[in-house]
Amino acid sequence: MDLKVNPTALVASIRKERCESASFVLDVFVELPPGISILFGPSGAGKSTLLDCISGLVRPDAGKITIGEHVLFDSAMREDVPPQKRRIAYVFQTLALFPHLTVAQNIEYGLNDIPERKRRTQVKEILAAFRVERLRNQKPAQISGGERQRTALARSLVTEPRVLLLDEPLTGLDAGLKAAIVEDLRAWNAAKCIPILYVTHNREEVDALGERVIAIDNGRVVSHGTPMDVLDAPRRKRLAQAVGFENLLDAAVVGIREPDGVMRVRLGESRCEIEVPLVHANIGDHVQVAIRAGDILLASEHPHGLSARNVIDGRITSLERRGTMCVARVDCGVTFVVHVTPGAVRALDLAANKPVWLVLKTHSCHLVD
Amino acid sequence: MSSLALSFELAVCVAAILLLIGTPIAYWLAYSNWQGKFLLESIVALPLVLPPTVLGFYALLAMGPHGPLGKLWIALFGHGLAFTFTGLVLASVVYSFPFAVQPLIASFEGIDRKLLDASAVLGAGKWRTFRRVILPLSLPGAVTALVLSFAHTLGEFGVVLMVGGNLAGVTRTASIDIYDRVQTLEYGEANHLAMLLLITAFAVLCLVYAVNRRVWTPAWTPWTSK
Repeated sequence: MDLKVNPTALVASIRKERCESASFVLDVFVELPPGISILFGPSGAGKSTLLDCISGLVRPDAGKITIGEHVLFDSAMREDVPPQKRRIAYVFQTLALFPHLTVAQNIEYGLNDIPERKRRTQVKEILAAFRVERLRNQKPAQISGGERQRTALARSLVTEPRVLLLDEPLTGLDAGLKAAIVEDLRAWNAAKCIPILYVTHNREEVDALGERVIAIDNGRVVSHGTPMDVLDAPRRKRLAQAVGFENLLDAAVVGIREPDGVMRVRLGESRCEIEVPLVHANIGDHVQVAIRAGDILLASEHPHGLSARNVIDGRITSLERRGTMCVARVDCGVTFVVHVTPGAVRALDLAANKPVWLVLKTHSCHLVD
Repeated sequence: MSSLALSFELAVCVAAILLLIGTPIAYWLAYSNWQGKFLLESIVALPLVLPPTVLGFYALLAMGPHGPLGKLWIALFGHGLAFTFTGLVLASVVYSFPFAVQPLIASFEGIDRKLLDASAVLGAGKWRTFRRVILPLSLPGAVTALVLSFAHTLGEFGVVLMVGGNLAGVTRTASIDIYDRVQTLEYGEANHLAMLLLITAFAVLCLVYAVNRRVWTPAWTPWTSK
């Protein structure tokens, strides 16, 4: 066991039953080194409960929470530091800016015990770091969504917290705005080096931010590691759906080719067979295959000369436009959801009832428990 | 002192006392998780449904020379409580209690809990949160409480009659005075006073509703819009 204590890491083991439903129990151990860690999972997985427990707003039934050598909560020692003394910043999804205070007053709110001059400098610095100087005298209702999010971040960070908790703080922002705010947050943390726990169920945010991902589901940590490790090999079905594996198909193993590291599976009740990566399974076993809609190629005539091992014929049953993307449903005995660009729809003259071929790389097919 | 001036003095005293003691009680009722909270809530609401004579009757018994409150008062100050202005204030505080406490509870409960959580994680204790967040955001509720308890006290009759009797300049309030004048067929005088009370009540209610309307101007409600 490693006896060295990282002086700034947050370590929490928490057990908490949710009062509304006796069947849900949050039971997790997390260790957050300095830098951004992503907490990822479907809604209802216990993400917000975990954040509430760490911040002290909710009291765990049992467990221990420490930052370096500071104990914040320890059920065995009956230690429970109140939230206002924990120095943990927490930005809520609703942001919770004080509606009766201006941007500057909101930011000053947490700076109570320091001399006036130092407070002025700190407020000025953080207003600049998060680019909200010109809004200092506006009320939250008078500024835009992105500006509110910047203000909420600035308000939390000006207090020099030991840990920052972010509960989907950038929901509803367009990608460009989001990236700009994340960049400012990164720049700020390059100097401060505190653990940041960032909750999201948005796959793109994970890729943009992620150094470490902790995936939780139904109150348990199901996986942790780099975004690639955690999200691209989903071994859990609910997680697969949460990270955007639009195709989740039941299949039966019909052949195993161990030297090639692949096996053949038959999809559902259809005749359709595809090649997938080998996992520990026997012929006749039932497995589930997860495939991203964006990983499937669509061809209007039979393709040849491809490295991809799976070419399946089918017929488009529906085609609908969603923003800058088209969603095609293709019946190949089982129904596949395929994402294509509007340009591809025009170039291939795609429409309902048109026969098409789907192309799947073996390693785009993920096996799920 | 005229009966109208006495009524105003009584109403101002009662409204001020109720704001002072009603605020902590309303705070506790709004935020406590205690299971038996309903008991206190029922007691607070009791004056709304009780006939003023019942309340006045028990207040009189308590304040009388043999009642617990009366005995205490005599021991402390050498005179009784019944049929005095102080006694009248005490009984009126009880009688107008729900009119002060309920608007305060409603406005405390109306504050987004996340704002209180945000205040806590920003390092503010309960008192600072109350002063900087709860109080400014529930100002309209406090004005409503103040004005309603003032208006309600101004117009009370039964309790005053039971506890205060009818001593000119000490306990004869405007509403009692009106009753007296009608009894002695001085309709002109009665109308004079009654009209003044009517206008005051209307003006006071206008103030309450105007204050509450202001809360709903867009600048105050960024949290309902998505």
